[in-house]
Amino acid sequence: MSNAVAKKQGTKSAAEYRAELNKVPHKPGSHKPEAILTVDNVSRSFGGLTAVDVDHLEVQRGVITALIGPNGAGKTTFFNLITGFDTPSSAKKLIGGPSSSEAAKWEFNGRSLGNTSAAAVSKQGMVRTFQLTKALSRLTVLQNMLLGAQHQTGENFFAAFFKPVWAAQEKANTEKALALLDRFKLLEKKDDMAGSLSGGQKKLLEMARALMSDPVMIMLDEPMAGVNPALTQSLLGHIQSLRDDGMTVLFVEHDMHMVRHISDWVVVMAEGRVVAEGPADTVMSNQAVIDAYLGAHHDTDLGDDKFLTDTAAVRIEKEVVAEEARSKKTKKK
Amino acid sequence: MDGIIKVLYDMSASMILPTTAAFAIAAIGLNVHFGFTGLLNMGQAGFMLIGAYGFAISIGAGLPFWAAFLIAVLAGIAFALLLGIPTLKLRGDYLAIVTIAAAEIVRMIGRASVLNDVTGGSNGLPGENFRNPFSDLSFFGDGQTTLLWFTFDNTGVNGWWSRAVTWLMVLVFALLVWLLMRSPWGRVIKSIREDEDAVRSLGKSVFSFKMQALVVGGVLGSIGGVMYILPTSLQPDSMGRNMTFLIWTAMLLGGAATIFGPILGTLVFFATRIFVQGGMRLFVPDEILNTQQTEQFSWIVVGVALMLLVIFRPQGMIGNKKELNFNV
Repeated sequence: MSNAVAKKQGTKSAAEYRAELNKVPHKPGSHKPEAILTVDNVSRSFGGLTAVDVDHLEVQRGVITALIGPNGAGKTTFFNLITGFDTPSSAKKLIGGPSSSEAAKWEFNGRSLGNTSAAAVSKQGMVRTFQLTKALSRLTVLQNMLLGAQHQTGENFFAAFFKPVWAAQEKANTEKALALLDRFKLLEKKDDMAGSLSGGQKKLLEMARALMSDPVMIMLDEPMAGVNPALTQSLLGHIQSLRDDGMTVLFVEHDMHMVRHISDWVVVMAEGRVVAEGPADTVMSNQAVIDAYLGAHHDTDLGDDKFLTDTAAVRIEKEVVAEEARSKKTKKK
Repeated sequence: MDGIIKVLYDMSASMILPTTAAFAIAAIGLNVHFGFTGLLNMGQAGFMLIGAYGFAISIGAGLPFWAAFLIAVLAGIAFALLLGIPTLKLRGDYLAIVTIAAAEIVRMIGRASVLNDVTGGSNGLPGENFRNPFSDLSFFGDGQTTLLWFTFDNTGVNGWWSRAVTWLMVLVFALLVWLLMRSPWGRVIKSIREDEDAVRSLGKSVFSFKMQALVVGGVLGSIGGVMYILPTSLQPDSMGRNMTFLIWTAMLLGGAATIFGPILGTLVFFATRIFVQGGMRLFVPDEILNTQQTEQFSWIVVGVALMLLVIFRPQGMIGNKKELNFNV
C-alpha cells in the first residue's frame, strides 16, 4: 500500500515535503511550495452568525497539519464545507451571488472541488471522519470496513446477483480489512455489531474504515477524543506512518500534547478565521493564540501536586477575598 | 366440530390463495424499501395499482401477456423514478408523506369518471377483460386436481395454475433479494439505512443507491399488483391506503430486513384474520356480533396487533433484534 500511495503522489519523500515547510513564513494564509489543498474565499453564515470566513489557506502535501481553535471557531464547519457536506454561503450562484473573483473556490490535488458532492470528493481521495462517530451500528465491524473499499464490482446492481464476478475482489478487500483491524486492535471484534463497540472503539473503526479507501488525504475530526492513552500513543505512531507512506493528514484536535507531538504544521482558527499558522512551537507561543484559545497556563499540569503549594493556596485565598470585596462593592451600588 | 374444521380449512385455503402470494410479493418489495434501505414507503399499494392498471389496460388494448407484463414492470419503474427524483434527497419522513399522497393520486386518477373508457372509473375493470391471456399460458390442462385436502380447477379463474405461478414467483423473488442482499450492493443499501452521511463520506452516491432500491421494491410492488388482480378484478378502491397498511403489518409481523419474514408474515397475517373472524362467528352469538361486525372486529384485532408488535417485538417473528429495531 505504501509504495502505491507514494507513487501516486510523485517522487518526493515525506521528509522532503516536511523540509519545504521550513521556508514557509509563519503567517495566516501563507503560500506552501507543494499545496495539495488550496482554499479561497470560503465563508458560511448561519443567519447572522458567520461560522467560517477563510480568505486563503493552503495545506502542504505529505505532512500532518493540525487545525486547532476554541469551540465554535468553525473547524468542523470548515471540514464540512471542503468535503462537500455543506455549501459555502459564498459559493458561485447561477443568478446573483458573488463575482467569480470573490466566489468560494477550492482545489484539491489539482482539481477544482466547488459544487462537488460529498461522495465525489471522497472518490477523489479526500476522506474524512466525523466528530460524532458514524459507525453503522447494525452492521458488523467487518462489514463496516468492507464498505470503505473503493471500486467494488459487486456494488453494481446487475453484477451483485452473480457472486463469482465479485468474490475475488471481496476476498482481497476482506484481507486488507482484517490487516487494518489488527492494526487498530479491533480484530477480535470483527463479527460484533458496530453499535456494540465503545465510543473510543467506534472512533478507531471510523478511522480504519476511512483508510480502506486508500485516501490521498485523510481528514480526522477529533480522532483521539475518548481513546485511552496507551492506544492514543500507538495511533499517533500509525498516523505518522501514514504520513511517511505519503498520505496527507489534516486533523482537528484539542489535545495539545498530541498536536505538539505529531503535527508538522498548525493552523489556528478563531471566530471562523485563520488567525495563525506555523510549526507547533511557534504557534503555541503566539500571544494571540494563547489569549484566544490556549490560556496562560496551558503548559501546566493541573493534576500536579507541586502546583498546590502553600504559597499557591495563600494566593488563591487572597484572590477570593479580593473578589468578594469587589462583589460587595457592586451590590452596594 | 364441523365448524372448527371449516375454520381450519378456510385458514389453510387462505394461505395458498394467489392473492396471498401477490401480497407476499408486494411485501418483499416493501421490505427492500423499509427493511433494507430504510425508505419509509407508505404507498406500496400505489405501486401495485400502477402495475395492475399497466397490465390490464395493455391487455385491453390487445397486447399479448408478456408485453402487458413488461409494461406493468416499466410502469413501476417510471413511478419509482418519478417519486424518487424529487424526494430521495429529503429526509426519510418526507418520502412517507409523498408516497402516501402519490398512491392516492394514482387511485383518484384511476377512478376518475373522465377515464371511464380506459380505467373503468370507480367500478374498475372486471377480471374477464384481462384474465384469459394468463390462463391460456397454462399447461396444467382441464379438470380438477386434489392435493392434500384442497380441490381446485387446474386452470380456471382461481385454480392450481395461478397458485403455482404466483407462489413460484414469491420464491424466485425471495431468492433474488437474498442474492442482492448478500452482495456488496446489499451492504451499501443496509449502510444507507444506518447512516447516509457515513456512506457519502466513503464515496458512494447515496442518491443513486436509494433510487435503485426504490425501483427494485417498486417493481416488485407492480408485479404483486398484476398477480393480485388476475384471479379477481381491478378495483381501485380495494387497493388504497388500507392495503398499504396491511402490507406493512404483514412485513413487520414476519420480520423486516429478513428474506422470509415478509412471506411468513403474509401467511400468518391472512390465516390469523380468518381464524379471528371464523372463531368469532362460531363462538360469539349473532346477537352480540353479527357477521359484518365480526369482520370489522377482525380488522380491529389487526390494528391492535400491529401496535403491540411494534412496541414489544419490533424485529417480528424471525427478525434479528440486533439488526432491526425502531429508533423509538
